[in-house]
Amino acid sequence: MPRQVLKGTAMKVGDNISTDHIIPGRFAHLRSNLPELAEHVLEDAMPGFAPWARELSLRSEGKPVLVAGKNLGLGSSREHAPLVIKMSGVGAILAESVARIFFRNAINQGLPVLLCDTGRIADGDELEINLADGTVVDSTSGVTVECSRIPPVMSAILDEGGLIPYIQRHGDFKL
Amino acid sequence: MGKTLAEKILSLKSRGDVKAGDIVVSDVDLVFVQDTTGPLTVRQFKETGCEAPARARQTILFLDHAAPSPGKELANDHDFLRRFAQETGCLVSEVGEGVCHQLVAEQFANPADVIVGADSHTVTAGGLGAFATGMGSSDIAAAMALGKTWFRVPETFRVELSGSFRWMVFAKDLMLYLIGRIGADGANYKALEFGGTSLKRTGIPERLTMANMAVEAGAKVGLFPSDKITRDFLTDHGRANRYTPLHPDAGADYERVISIALDRLEPMLSLPHTVDNVSPVTEAKGVKVQQAFIGTCTNGRLEDLAVAAGILRGKKRHPDTRLLIAPASRQVLARAIEEGHIASLVDAGATLLPPGCAACCGIHQGVPADGEVCLSTANRNFEGRMGNPAAMIYLASPATVAASAIRGEITDPREAI
Repeated sequence: MPRQVLKGTAMKVGDNISTDHIIPGRFAHLRSNLPELAEHVLEDAMPGFAPWARELSLRSEGKPVLVAGKNLGLGSSREHAPLVIKMSGVGAILAESVARIFFRNAINQGLPVLLCDTGRIADGDELEINLADGTVVDSTSGVTVECSRIPPVMSAILDEGGLIPYIQRHGDFKL
Repeated sequence: MGKTLAEKILSLKSRGDVKAGDIVVSDVDLVFVQDTTGPLTVRQFKETGCEAPARARQTILFLDHAAPSPGKELANDHDFLRRFAQETGCLVSEVGEGVCHQLVAEQFANPADVIVGADSHTVTAGGLGAFATGMGSSDIAAAMALGKTWFRVPETFRVELSGSFRWMVFAKDLMLYLIGRIGADGANYKALEFGGTSLKRTGIPERLTMANMAVEAGAKVGLFPSDKITRDFLTDHGRANRYTPLHPDAGADYERVISIALDRLEPMLSLPHTVDNVSPVTEAKGVKVQQAFIGTCTNGRLEDLAVAAGILRGKKRHPDTRLLIAPASRQVLARAIEEGHIASLVDAGATLLPPGCAACCGIHQGVPADGEVCLSTANRNFEGRMGNPAAMIYLASPATVAASAIRGEITDPREAI
């Protein structure tokens, strides 16, 4: 892992946040203008997400952590969804469960996704995520939450910072 | 131990003896992107350092989501994809040819193929027995570069179908029922494998609709075995030589078996804002509909337009209900013209849109207003899906949408004839 411990402030969203919430079709014309696209990330689910994520990045030492409920990222295969979440400054994602394509896409973008009981984390809590042992310490509440581990094959991709850097380095799938 | 369809195909394509849970590197027979995922994929492909796709002629760039382009940015994205195709020998499916998934079924997909597309409804080709799944642009860029990808071999939910649909009940109603029963994440990471005695009466168009919606339960693939119906379809589409027998083994290991008697189903509806928010049409009758949309990779095929035309023939859409029709492909449009369906629909007051994704994905061609209800034959009703988060999207079969367009409100198609 490039960085074993990530710190940041929880930004909480609910269940069933679809890729149409994260980056809806009405912004399809901005998909080749990623900085502009990223300004609209999650705005239908949580208005003001992008500026708030920026503010949190400046305010604390870590990067904001997107904390979601069930079935995060259901819907489209658009990798722009985790990409603009990452561009907004988010350093990691915690969710109760995550849709299949979104999970792969986030890891392929070098954005860690850990599954855990996110009901125990409140919006604005300060978190310390240990990727190696799969725990999240909520330093605001003092609670420690156990996460499921990232599967080894995805961990190997994450270690390289995503799938494209992985391919650049290995030239093939070395699983 | 017997093998499921997913285990069989991935064993073949990874040249191994694999079972659910294994990680495999699989050959890929077809790779594709569409116009809203393609530009990012192409940029990532270029970053891999590869000069050219591993198999350019099996790499297709579909211009379907924003076709014809509604603005200069998307026009430039189309131009970018066309240039990449000229440089590398990849194929372009032009504006007006139709939705990628319909064209993959008409022209490319075969039993036991592995197909990956930068679009979640790539699963559609499972109707022809292809292990077909949607991926993001990094994975598709890697598959373009290497001609292969990695998979975790999925566990399988067997969907065992018996009996026949009753009048005015269709494959779409079955899928809405199934997704309502197991939930929008009920089959997350799993393969859905369809089987049972009903398959001998289930045509390819219905199989494509069913496979298409597998992803709305979270599934990685929606798979059908191959049979005479598959072979006849391939023969009709000039690929008789690509037929391969494909069946799960007796004794295959299924994580779950879901049995559904088709003759017990009724017309179903998905209510805003998740696909698994399902009820029988009868329980939501009377909801006013401002826009009725028939089309998409789920229900824009000839058989769908024929059902809608049969209901609308000689009738008129309700004056307060706009009726939009988008055939899934040029071939669908041509045949629907030949068979008189388009004339019936247009006479009934329908607006004919070009073959493509049209109003489904919120880019253009039918964005609903604040507070409006759109009743659609598409596969998704997420908040904001059709371009306006303040609109409500209901999903139903073409028959239910056509019947509702006449009355201007959600209508049981059994009552509109």
